[in-house]
Amino acid sequence: MEFIYKGRGISKFIGEGEAIISKKPFSFFGGIDPKTGIIIDRNHDLYGESIVGKVFIFPKGKGSTVGSYIIYQLKKNKKHPNAIINIESEPIIAIGCIIAEIPLVDKLEVNPISNINNGDYLIVDGINGIVRRIIK
Amino acid sequence: MYLTKEEEKMLSGEYGLAIQKAMQLLVAIGDIFEAEYLIDIESAQISGVSYNNIGDAGLEFLEEFSNLNAKVVVKSTLNPCGMDIDRWKEMGISREYYEKQMRIIRAFERMGVEISCTCTPYFVGNIPKQGSHIAWSESSAVVFANSVLNARTNREGGPSALASAIIGKTPYYGLHKDENRLPNFLVKIETDLRTSLDFSLLGYTIGRLIPSSIPYIYGIKHYDIDKLKAISAALATSGGISMFHFKGKIRDKLERLSIDKKELEISKEMLSKNNEPDLICIGCPHCSYDEILYLAKAIKGKKLKKDYGLWIWTSKGVFQRANKYVKIIENAGCKVFRDTCMVVYPINLSGYKHMASNSCKAVSYVASVSGLKTSLIELSDVFSKFFE
Repeated sequence: MEFIYKGRGISKFIGEGEAIISKKPFSFFGGIDPKTGIIIDRNHDLYGESIVGKVFIFPKGKGSTVGSYIIYQLKKNKKHPNAIINIESEPIIAIGCIIAEIPLVDKLEVNPISNINNGDYLIVDGINGIVRRIIK
Repeated sequence: MYLTKEEEKMLSGEYGLAIQKAMQLLVAIGDIFEAEYLIDIESAQISGVSYNNIGDAGLEFLEEFSNLNAKVVVKSTLNPCGMDIDRWKEMGISREYYEKQMRIIRAFERMGVEISCTCTPYFVGNIPKQGSHIAWSESSAVVFANSVLNARTNREGGPSALASAIIGKTPYYGLHKDENRLPNFLVKIETDLRTSLDFSLLGYTIGRLIPSSIPYIYGIKHYDIDKLKAISAALATSGGISMFHFKGKIRDKLERLSIDKKELEISKEMLSKNNEPDLICIGCPHCSYDEILYLAKAIKGKKLKKDYGLWIWTSKGVFQRANKYVKIIENAGCKVFRDTCMVVYPINLSGYKHMASNSCKAVSYVASVSGLKTSLIELSDVFSKFFE
Protein backbone atom coordinates (compact mmCIF):
# COMPACT_ATOMS: atom_id res chain seq x y z
CA MET A 1 0.00 0.00 0.00
CA GLU A 2 1.14 3.52 -0.53
CA PHE A 3 0.03 7.05 0.27
CA ILE A 4 0.71 9.88 -2.15
CA TYR A 5 1.12 13.42 -0.83
CA LYS A 6 1.22 16.34 -3.25
CA GLY A 7 3.39 19.35 -2.53
CA ARG A 8 5.77 21.76 -4.18
CA GLY A 9 9.05 20.64 -5.72
CA ILE A 10 11.79 23.14 -4.87
CA SER A 11 14.93 21.15 -5.71
CA LYS A 12 14.09 19.09 -8.73
CA PHE A 13 15.73 15.74 -8.12
CA ILE A 14 14.47 12.32 -6.96
CA GLY A 15 15.57 10.35 -3.90
CA GLU A 16 14.32 7.80 -1.39
CA GLY A 17 14.95 6.44 2.07
CA GLU A 18 13.61 6.05 5.58
CA ALA A 19 12.08 9.09 7.24
CA ILE A 20 13.83 10.81 10.13
CA ILE A 21 11.67 13.51 11.64
CA SER A 22 12.38 16.61 13.72
CA LYS A 23 9.86 19.10 15.06
CA LYS A 24 12.44 21.90 15.25
CA PRO A 25 13.72 24.41 12.68
CA PHE A 26 17.23 23.34 11.68
CA SER A 27 20.52 25.07 10.97
CA PHE A 28 22.95 22.93 8.99
CA PHE A 29 25.72 25.36 10.04
CA GLY A 30 26.60 24.28 13.57
CA GLY A 31 23.78 21.73 13.55
CA ILE A 32 25.51 18.84 11.81
CA ASP A 33 29.01 17.46 11.38
CA PRO A 34 29.66 17.57 7.60
CA LYS A 35 32.22 14.76 7.94
CA THR A 36 29.80 12.26 9.52
CA GLY A 37 26.24 13.45 8.85
CA ILE A 38 25.50 13.24 12.58
CA ILE A 39 23.51 15.97 14.34
CA ILE A 40 25.73 17.81 16.81
CA ASP A 41 23.40 20.56 18.08
CA ARG A 42 22.85 19.60 21.72
CA ASN A 43 19.53 21.43 21.85
CA HIS A 44 18.15 19.51 18.89
CA ASP A 45 15.63 16.68 19.27
CA LEU A 46 17.74 14.47 16.97
CA TYR A 47 21.05 15.14 18.76
CA GLY A 48 23.47 12.29 18.08
CA GLU A 49 21.42 10.78 15.24
CA SER A 50 22.61 10.28 11.66
CA ILE A 51 20.66 11.58 8.67
CA VAL A 52 22.90 9.83 6.13
CA GLY A 53 20.85 8.14 3.39
CA LYS A 54 17.56 9.15 5.01
CA VAL A 55 14.70 11.47 4.14
CA PHE A 56 15.15 14.32 6.60
CA ILE A 57 11.87 15.99 7.58
CA PHE A 58 11.83 19.25 9.58
CA PRO A 59 9.68 22.39 9.60
CA LYS A 60 12.09 24.87 7.99
CA GLY A 61 15.67 26.08 7.90
CA LYS A 62 17.18 28.71 10.16
CA GLY A 63 20.53 30.33 10.97
CA SER A 64 23.54 31.29 8.90
CA THR A 65 23.49 31.21 5.11
CA VAL A 66 26.69 29.14 5.34
CA GLY A 67 24.22 26.28 5.96
CA SER A 68 23.77 26.03 2.17
CA TYR A 69 27.46 25.20 1.77
CA ILE A 70 27.31 22.63 4.58
CA ILE A 71 24.61 20.72 2.66
CA TYR A 72 26.93 20.79 -0.38
CA GLN A 73 29.80 19.50 1.76
CA LEU A 74 27.66 16.63 3.14
CA LYS A 75 27.04 15.57 -0.46
CA LYS A 76 30.73 15.77 -1.36
CA ASN A 77 31.51 13.62 1.68
CA LYS A 78 28.69 11.19 0.76
CA LYS A 79 27.10 11.82 4.18
CA HIS A 80 24.01 13.56 2.84
CA PRO A 81 20.34 12.85 3.36
CA ASN A 82 18.75 11.33 0.24
CA ALA A 83 15.98 13.93 0.32
CA ILE A 84 14.58 16.73 2.48
CA ILE A 85 10.95 17.58 3.21
CA ASN A 86 10.04 20.90 4.89
CA ILE A 87 6.71 22.27 6.00
CA GLU A 88 7.83 25.46 4.26
CA SER A 89 11.30 25.93 2.79
CA GLU A 90 13.37 29.10 2.94
CA PRO A 91 16.36 30.06 0.74
CA ILE A 92 19.18 28.56 2.87
CA ILE A 93 17.86 24.98 2.59
CA ALA A 94 16.61 25.50 -0.99
CA ILE A 95 19.99 26.76 -2.22
CA GLY A 96 21.87 24.05 -0.36
CA CYS A 97 19.70 21.31 -1.86
CA ILE A 98 20.00 22.66 -5.41
CA ILE A 99 23.79 23.01 -5.37
CA ALA A 100 24.08 19.55 -3.74
CA GLU A 101 21.44 18.03 -6.08
CA ILE A 102 19.35 16.70 -3.20
CA PRO A 103 15.55 16.62 -3.75
CA LEU A 104 13.55 19.10 -1.67
CA VAL A 105 9.76 19.20 -1.43
CA ASP A 106 7.65 21.49 0.78
CA LYS A 107 4.03 22.55 1.34
CA LEU A 108 2.62 19.00 1.33
CA GLU A 109 -1.15 18.76 1.51
CA VAL A 110 -0.75 17.08 4.93
CA ASN A 111 1.61 18.04 7.75
CA PRO A 112 4.56 15.68 7.17
CA ILE A 113 5.63 15.84 10.82
CA SER A 114 2.35 14.45 12.15
CA ASN A 115 1.38 12.23 9.19
CA ILE A 116 4.70 10.48 8.56
CA ASN A 117 6.45 8.25 11.11
CA ASN A 118 10.14 7.80 11.76
CA GLY A 119 11.30 4.85 9.66
CA ASP A 120 8.52 5.08 7.03
CA TYR A 121 9.92 4.46 3.56
CA LEU A 122 9.52 7.52 1.33
CA ILE A 123 10.13 8.28 -2.32
CA VAL A 124 10.59 12.02 -2.80
CA ASP A 125 10.04 13.35 -6.32
CA GLY A 126 11.23 16.95 -6.39
CA ILE A 127 10.48 17.24 -10.11
CA ASN A 128 6.74 16.74 -9.69
CA GLY A 129 6.54 17.81 -6.04
CA ILE A 130 5.25 14.43 -4.85
CA VAL A 131 6.07 12.27 -1.83
CA ARG A 132 5.13 8.56 -1.90
CA ARG A 133 4.92 6.78 1.45
CA ILE A 134 5.28 3.01 1.07
CA ILE A 135 3.63 0.78 3.68
CA LYS A 136 4.95 -2.76 3.57
CA MET B 1 7.24 31.91 -11.93
CA TYR B 2 7.00 32.94 -15.59
CA LEU B 3 10.20 32.43 -17.59
CA THR B 4 10.99 33.78 -21.06
CA LYS B 5 12.08 31.32 -23.77
CA GLU B 6 15.67 32.40 -23.23
CA GLU B 7 15.42 31.84 -19.48
CA GLU B 8 13.86 28.41 -20.10
CA LYS B 9 16.91 27.52 -22.22
CA MET B 10 19.21 28.62 -19.42
CA LEU B 11 17.28 26.45 -16.97
CA SER B 12 17.36 23.42 -19.25
CA GLY B 13 21.13 23.53 -19.49
CA GLU B 14 21.55 24.73 -23.07
CA TYR B 15 24.12 27.31 -21.92
CA GLY B 16 26.03 24.96 -19.68
CA LEU B 17 25.99 23.75 -16.13
CA ALA B 18 26.99 26.98 -14.36
CA ILE B 19 24.17 29.00 -15.89
CA GLN B 20 21.74 26.12 -15.31
CA LYS B 21 22.69 25.92 -11.63
CA ALA B 22 22.43 29.70 -11.16
CA MET B 23 19.04 29.70 -12.87
CA GLN B 24 17.82 26.82 -10.69
CA LEU B 25 18.67 28.90 -7.59
CA LEU B 26 16.81 31.96 -8.86
CA VAL B 27 13.77 29.90 -9.85
CA ALA B 28 13.63 28.22 -6.43
CA ILE B 29 13.84 31.56 -4.63
CA GLY B 30 11.26 33.02 -6.99
CA ASP B 31 8.92 30.09 -6.27
CA ILE B 32 9.41 30.36 -2.50
CA PHE B 33 8.53 34.07 -2.50
CA GLU B 34 5.91 33.74 -5.24
CA ALA B 35 7.67 36.13 -7.62
CA GLU B 36 5.94 36.58 -10.97
CA TYR B 37 9.06 36.81 -13.11
CA LEU B 38 12.75 37.79 -13.20
CA ILE B 39 13.96 41.37 -13.68
CA ASP B 40 17.30 42.72 -14.91
CA ILE B 41 19.76 43.93 -12.31
CA GLU B 42 22.42 46.61 -12.56
CA SER B 43 24.90 45.22 -10.06
CA ALA B 44 25.59 42.60 -7.42
CA GLN B 45 27.39 42.68 -4.07
CA ILE B 46 28.44 39.20 -3.00
CA SER B 47 28.95 38.10 0.62
CA GLY B 48 30.25 34.80 1.99
CA VAL B 49 33.94 35.46 1.29
CA SER B 50 35.79 35.00 4.57
CA TYR B 51 37.36 31.57 5.00
CA ASN B 52 36.68 32.03 8.71
CA ASN B 53 32.94 32.06 7.95
CA ILE B 54 32.37 29.77 4.97
CA GLY B 55 35.13 27.26 5.77
CA ASP B 56 36.08 24.32 3.59
CA ALA B 57 32.42 23.86 2.59
CA GLY B 58 32.20 27.27 0.93
CA LEU B 59 35.69 27.01 -0.52
CA GLU B 60 34.86 23.68 -2.21
CA PHE B 61 31.63 24.99 -3.68
CA LEU B 62 33.08 28.26 -5.00
CA GLU B 63 36.11 26.56 -6.49
CA GLU B 64 34.08 23.91 -8.26
CA PHE B 65 31.46 26.40 -9.41
CA SER B 66 34.13 28.69 -10.87
CA ASN B 67 35.65 25.67 -12.64
CA LEU B 68 32.37 25.30 -14.55
CA ASN B 69 33.30 28.58 -16.26
CA ALA B 70 30.70 30.59 -14.40
CA LYS B 71 31.04 34.30 -15.33
CA VAL B 72 29.23 37.32 -13.93
CA VAL B 73 27.43 39.49 -16.49
CA VAL B 74 26.86 42.63 -14.37
CA LYS B 75 29.13 44.76 -12.21
CA SER B 76 29.87 42.59 -9.20
CA THR B 77 31.76 43.52 -6.07
CA LEU B 78 32.90 41.41 -3.15
CA ASN B 79 32.38 41.58 0.61
CA PRO B 80 35.34 41.60 3.01
CA CYS B 81 37.40 38.42 3.25
CA GLY B 82 38.99 36.98 6.39
CA MET B 83 42.35 38.81 6.35
CA ASP B 84 44.29 41.77 4.95
CA ILE B 85 45.53 40.27 1.68
CA ASP B 86 48.98 41.89 2.08
CA ARG B 87 49.42 42.10 5.86
CA TRP B 88 47.94 38.75 6.97
CA LYS B 89 51.08 37.72 8.86
CA GLU B 90 50.77 40.72 11.18
CA MET B 91 47.27 39.55 12.03
CA GLY B 92 48.38 36.14 13.28
CA ILE B 93 46.95 34.30 10.25
CA SER B 94 48.53 30.90 9.48
CA ARG B 95 49.86 30.03 6.04
CA GLU B 96 47.20 27.32 5.61
CA TYR B 97 44.41 29.82 6.31
CA TYR B 98 46.05 32.34 3.97
CA GLU B 99 46.23 29.83 1.15
CA LYS B 100 42.63 28.74 1.53
CA GLN B 101 41.45 32.35 1.68
CA MET B 102 43.38 33.09 -1.51
CA ARG B 103 41.75 30.10 -3.24
CA ILE B 104 38.35 31.62 -2.42
CA ILE B 105 39.46 35.02 -3.73
CA ARG B 106 40.84 33.50 -6.93
CA ALA B 107 37.59 31.56 -7.49
CA PHE B 108 35.65 34.84 -7.37
CA GLU B 109 38.25 36.50 -9.58
CA ARG B 110 37.89 33.76 -12.22
CA MET B 111 34.15 34.41 -12.24
CA GLY B 112 34.78 38.09 -13.01
CA VAL B 113 33.95 39.51 -9.59
CA GLU B 114 35.93 42.63 -8.59
CA ILE B 115 38.10 41.80 -5.59
CA SER B 116 36.93 44.92 -3.79
CA CYS B 117 36.65 43.11 -0.43
CA THR B 118 34.50 45.72 1.25
CA CYS B 119 31.06 46.05 2.82
CA THR B 120 30.90 49.61 1.42
CA PRO B 121 30.86 48.99 -2.34
CA TYR B 122 29.35 52.46 -2.78
CA PHE B 123 32.71 53.99 -1.72
CA VAL B 124 34.64 52.08 -4.39
CA GLY B 125 32.61 52.57 -7.54
CA ASN B 126 29.59 50.27 -7.21
CA ILE B 127 27.03 53.07 -7.10
CA PRO B 128 23.69 51.97 -8.55
CA LYS B 129 21.46 54.52 -10.26
CA GLN B 130 18.38 55.75 -8.41
CA GLY B 131 15.51 53.34 -8.87
CA SER B 132 17.67 50.59 -10.35
CA HIS B 133 17.26 46.96 -9.36
CA ILE B 134 20.28 45.28 -7.79
CA ALA B 135 21.01 42.02 -5.97
CA TRP B 136 23.10 42.79 -2.93
CA SER B 137 23.98 40.65 0.03
CA GLU B 138 25.74 42.21 3.06
CA SER B 139 22.93 43.50 5.21
CA SER B 140 24.38 46.96 5.97
CA ALA B 141 24.89 47.68 2.27
CA VAL B 142 21.36 46.42 1.53
CA VAL B 143 19.84 48.96 3.93
CA PHE B 144 22.12 51.73 2.64
CA ALA B 145 21.31 50.95 -1.01
CA ASN B 146 17.55 50.89 -0.44
CA SER B 147 17.41 53.90 1.86
CA VAL B 148 20.19 56.28 0.86
CA LEU B 149 20.96 55.40 -2.77
CA ASN B 150 17.30 54.69 -3.63
CA ALA B 151 18.21 51.50 -5.44
CA ARG B 152 16.13 48.34 -4.94
CA THR B 153 17.32 45.11 -3.42
CA ASN B 154 16.12 42.33 -1.18
CA ARG B 155 18.43 41.06 1.53
CA GLU B 156 20.24 38.42 -0.53
CA GLY B 157 22.54 35.67 0.72
CA GLY B 158 25.96 35.01 -0.83
CA PRO B 159 24.89 32.23 -3.24
CA SER B 160 21.73 34.02 -4.43
CA ALA B 161 23.66 37.26 -5.10
CA LEU B 162 26.24 35.23 -7.04
CA ALA B 163 23.52 33.45 -9.03
CA SER B 164 21.96 36.83 -9.86
CA ALA B 165 25.34 38.19 -10.96
CA ILE B 166 25.77 35.23 -13.33
CA ILE B 167 22.29 35.48 -14.84
CA GLY B 168 22.03 39.29 -14.57
CA LYS B 169 18.55 38.99 -13.06
CA THR B 170 16.72 38.55 -9.79
CA PRO B 171 13.18 37.40 -8.91
CA TYR B 172 10.75 40.32 -8.84
CA TYR B 173 9.30 40.36 -5.31
CA GLY B 174 9.73 42.11 -1.97
CA LEU B 175 11.61 45.42 -2.01
CA HIS B 176 11.82 45.46 -5.80
CA LYS B 177 8.13 46.39 -5.86
CA ASP B 178 6.91 49.93 -5.10
CA GLU B 179 4.09 48.81 -2.83
CA ASN B 180 6.49 46.96 -0.50
CA ARG B 181 8.79 49.96 -0.01
CA LEU B 182 6.44 52.25 1.87
CA PRO B 183 7.15 53.13 5.51
CA ASN B 184 4.95 51.34 8.06
CA PHE B 185 6.22 52.96 11.29
CA LEU B 186 6.91 56.55 12.25
CA VAL B 187 9.89 56.75 14.60
CA LYS B 188 10.20 60.10 16.29
CA ILE B 189 13.63 60.99 17.64
CA GLU B 190 13.49 62.89 20.90
CA THR B 191 17.17 63.21 21.62
CA ASP B 192 20.08 64.99 20.02
CA LEU B 193 22.25 62.67 17.92
CA ARG B 194 25.79 63.81 17.21
CA THR B 195 28.31 61.01 16.88
CA SER B 196 28.55 57.85 14.81
CA LEU B 197 27.89 55.90 18.00
CA ASP B 198 24.66 57.86 18.59
CA PHE B 199 23.45 57.00 15.10
CA SER B 200 24.50 53.38 15.47
CA LEU B 201 22.62 53.15 18.78
CA LEU B 202 19.56 54.66 17.13
CA GLY B 203 19.60 52.00 14.40
CA TYR B 204 20.16 49.22 16.90
CA THR B 205 17.34 50.48 19.13
CA ILE B 206 14.86 50.69 16.26
CA GLY B 207 15.78 47.17 15.13
CA ARG B 208 15.37 45.93 18.69
CA LEU B 209 11.93 47.52 19.19
CA ILE B 210 10.37 47.02 15.72
CA PRO B 211 12.49 44.30 14.08
CA SER B 212 10.54 43.71 10.89
CA SER B 213 9.45 47.21 9.93
CA ILE B 214 10.22 49.84 7.32
CA PRO B 215 10.63 52.82 9.65
CA TYR B 216 10.32 56.46 8.73
CA ILE B 217 12.88 58.08 11.02
CA TYR B 218 11.72 61.58 11.78
CA GLY B 219 13.72 64.31 13.50
CA ILE B 220 17.34 63.40 12.80
CA LYS B 221 19.64 66.35 12.21
CA HIS B 222 23.37 66.66 11.63
CA TYR B 223 23.50 63.57 9.46
CA ASP B 224 25.91 62.83 6.64
CA ILE B 225 26.72 59.75 4.53
CA ASP B 226 28.79 58.23 7.32
CA LYS B 227 26.04 58.60 9.92
CA LEU B 228 23.52 57.05 7.51
CA LYS B 229 25.97 54.19 7.00
CA ALA B 230 26.09 53.72 10.78
CA ILE B 231 22.29 53.60 11.09
CA SER B 232 22.06 51.17 8.16
CA ALA B 233 24.43 48.65 9.71
CA ALA B 234 22.78 48.74 13.13
CA LEU B 235 19.20 48.44 11.81
CA ALA B 236 20.11 45.18 10.11
CA THR B 237 21.95 43.86 13.19
CA SER B 238 19.22 43.86 15.81
CA GLY B 239 16.34 43.48 13.38
CA GLY B 240 15.57 42.12 9.95
CA ILE B 241 15.19 45.65 8.66
CA SER B 242 16.22 46.13 5.02
CA MET B 243 15.09 49.71 4.44
CA PHE B 244 14.27 52.98 6.21
CA HIS B 245 13.08 56.43 5.21
CA PHE B 246 14.38 59.72 6.58
CA LYS B 247 13.08 62.37 4.20
CA GLY B 248 10.15 63.05 1.89
CA LYS B 249 6.44 63.28 2.56
CA ILE B 250 4.52 60.73 4.61
CA ARG B 251 1.26 59.84 2.92
CA ASP B 252 -0.42 57.47 5.33
CA LYS B 253 -1.13 57.57 9.02
CA LEU B 254 1.45 55.31 10.59
CA GLU B 255 1.96 53.55 13.89
CA ARG B 256 4.25 55.65 16.06
CA LEU B 257 7.25 55.05 18.24
CA SER B 258 9.26 57.64 20.18
CA ILE B 259 12.90 57.10 20.99
CA ASP B 260 14.58 59.13 23.71
CA LYS B 261 18.01 59.08 25.29
CA LYS B 262 16.93 56.44 27.82
CA GLU B 263 16.11 53.89 25.09
CA LEU B 264 19.54 54.45 23.55
CA GLU B 265 21.16 53.93 26.97
CA ILE B 266 19.35 50.59 27.34
CA SER B 267 20.84 49.43 24.02
CA LYS B 268 24.27 50.65 25.08
CA GLU B 269 24.11 48.66 28.32
CA MET B 270 22.95 45.54 26.49
CA LEU B 271 26.06 45.66 24.31
CA SER B 272 28.67 46.59 26.92
CA LYS B 273 30.50 44.31 29.35
CA ASN B 274 32.22 45.77 32.39
CA ASN B 275 35.85 45.41 31.68
CA GLU B 276 38.65 47.52 30.30
CA PRO B 277 39.04 47.29 26.52
CA ASP B 278 42.55 46.71 25.20
CA LEU B 279 41.63 46.77 21.49
CA ILE B 280 39.66 49.55 19.83
CA CYS B 281 38.20 48.76 16.40
CA ILE B 282 36.84 51.46 14.10
CA GLY B 283 35.37 50.85 10.68
CA CYS B 284 32.16 48.81 10.81
CA PRO B 285 31.01 49.36 8.10
CA HIS B 286 34.40 50.10 6.49
CA CYS B 287 35.71 53.64 7.05
CA SER B 288 35.10 56.24 4.37
CA TYR B 289 37.76 58.67 3.15
CA ASP B 290 36.26 61.35 5.42
CA GLU B 291 36.40 59.09 8.45
CA ILE B 292 40.08 58.27 7.83
CA LEU B 293 40.77 62.00 7.46
CA TYR B 294 38.93 62.75 10.70
CA LEU B 295 40.83 60.07 12.62
CA ALA B 296 44.17 61.28 11.24
CA LYS B 297 43.47 64.86 12.31
CA ALA B 298 42.40 63.76 15.79
CA ILE B 299 45.48 61.66 16.56
CA LYS B 300 48.17 63.49 14.59
CA GLY B 301 51.26 63.89 16.75
CA LYS B 302 49.90 61.67 19.55
CA LYS B 303 51.08 58.20 20.49
CA LEU B 304 48.90 55.19 21.30
CA LYS B 305 49.59 53.96 24.85
CA LYS B 306 51.61 50.76 25.23
CA ASP B 307 49.67 47.47 25.44
CA TYR B 308 46.67 48.86 23.57
CA GLY B 309 45.64 48.35 19.96
CA LEU B 310 43.68 50.66 17.71
CA TRP B 311 42.77 48.86 14.53
CA ILE B 312 40.99 50.69 11.73
CA TRP B 313 39.22 48.79 8.96
CA THR B 314 38.65 50.04 5.43
CA SER B 315 38.64 49.06 1.77
CA LYS B 316 41.80 49.08 -0.28
CA GLY B 317 40.13 51.65 -2.53
CA VAL B 318 39.75 54.16 0.30
CA PHE B 319 43.12 53.16 1.77
CA GLN B 320 44.89 54.12 -1.45
CA ARG B 321 43.10 57.44 -1.79
CA ALA B 322 43.71 58.35 1.84
CA ASN B 323 47.29 57.10 1.87
CA LYS B 324 48.87 60.17 3.45
CA TYR B 325 46.35 60.11 6.32
CA VAL B 326 46.85 56.37 6.76
CA LYS B 327 50.53 57.12 7.35
CA ILE B 328 49.69 59.68 10.06
CA ILE B 329 47.45 57.13 11.79
CA GLU B 330 50.06 54.38 11.62
CA ASN B 331 52.76 56.76 12.89
CA ALA B 332 50.64 57.18 16.01
CA GLY B 333 50.94 53.45 16.67
CA CYS B 334 47.61 52.37 15.18
CA LYS B 335 47.00 49.91 12.35
CA VAL B 336 44.90 50.39 9.24
CA PHE B 337 43.84 47.09 7.69
CA ARG B 338 42.18 46.53 4.31
CA ASP B 339 40.02 43.79 2.76
CA THR B 340 38.66 42.51 6.07
CA CYS B 341 37.10 43.59 9.37
CA MET B 342 36.74 42.76 13.05
CA VAL B 343 33.67 40.62 12.34
CA VAL B 344 34.91 38.32 9.55
CA TYR B 345 38.58 38.09 10.58
CA PRO B 346 39.20 35.55 13.40
CA ILE B 347 39.76 38.32 15.94
CA ASN B 348 40.79 35.95 18.71
CA LEU B 349 44.09 35.75 16.77
CA SER B 350 44.70 39.43 17.56
CA GLY B 351 45.95 38.52 21.03
CA TYR B 352 43.66 41.08 22.70
CA LYS B 353 41.00 40.26 25.27
CA HIS B 354 38.38 42.98 25.05
CA MET B 355 37.31 44.82 21.91
CA ALA B 356 35.51 48.14 22.01
CA SER B 357 34.00 49.84 18.99
CA ASN B 358 31.72 52.74 18.12
CA SER B 359 29.62 50.34 16.00
CA CYS B 360 26.76 48.27 17.44
CA LYS B 361 27.09 45.83 14.55
CA ALA B 362 30.77 45.20 15.32
CA VAL B 363 30.14 44.72 19.02
CA SER B 364 27.10 42.51 18.55
CA TYR B 365 28.79 40.11 16.10
CA VAL B 366 32.22 40.00 17.74
CA ALA B 367 30.47 39.16 21.03
CA SER B 368 28.66 36.22 19.45
CA VAL B 369 31.40 34.76 17.22
CA SER B 370 34.63 35.30 19.16
CA GLY B 371 35.79 34.70 22.70
CA LEU B 372 36.50 38.40 23.25
CA LYS B 373 34.67 40.64 25.68
CA THR B 374 33.07 43.61 23.99
CA SER B 375 31.76 47.10 24.67
CA LEU B 376 30.76 50.31 22.96
CA ILE B 377 32.97 53.38 23.10
CA GLU B 378 32.81 56.99 21.90
CA LEU B 379 35.65 58.18 19.67
CA SER B 380 36.23 61.17 21.98
CA ASP B 381 36.93 58.72 24.83
CA VAL B 382 39.32 56.80 22.59
CA PHE B 383 41.29 59.98 21.85
CA SER B 384 41.42 61.10 25.49
CA LYS B 385 42.08 57.77 27.23
CA PHE B 386 44.22 55.71 24.90
CA PHE B 387 46.75 58.25 23.66
CA GLU B 388 49.55 60.15 25.28
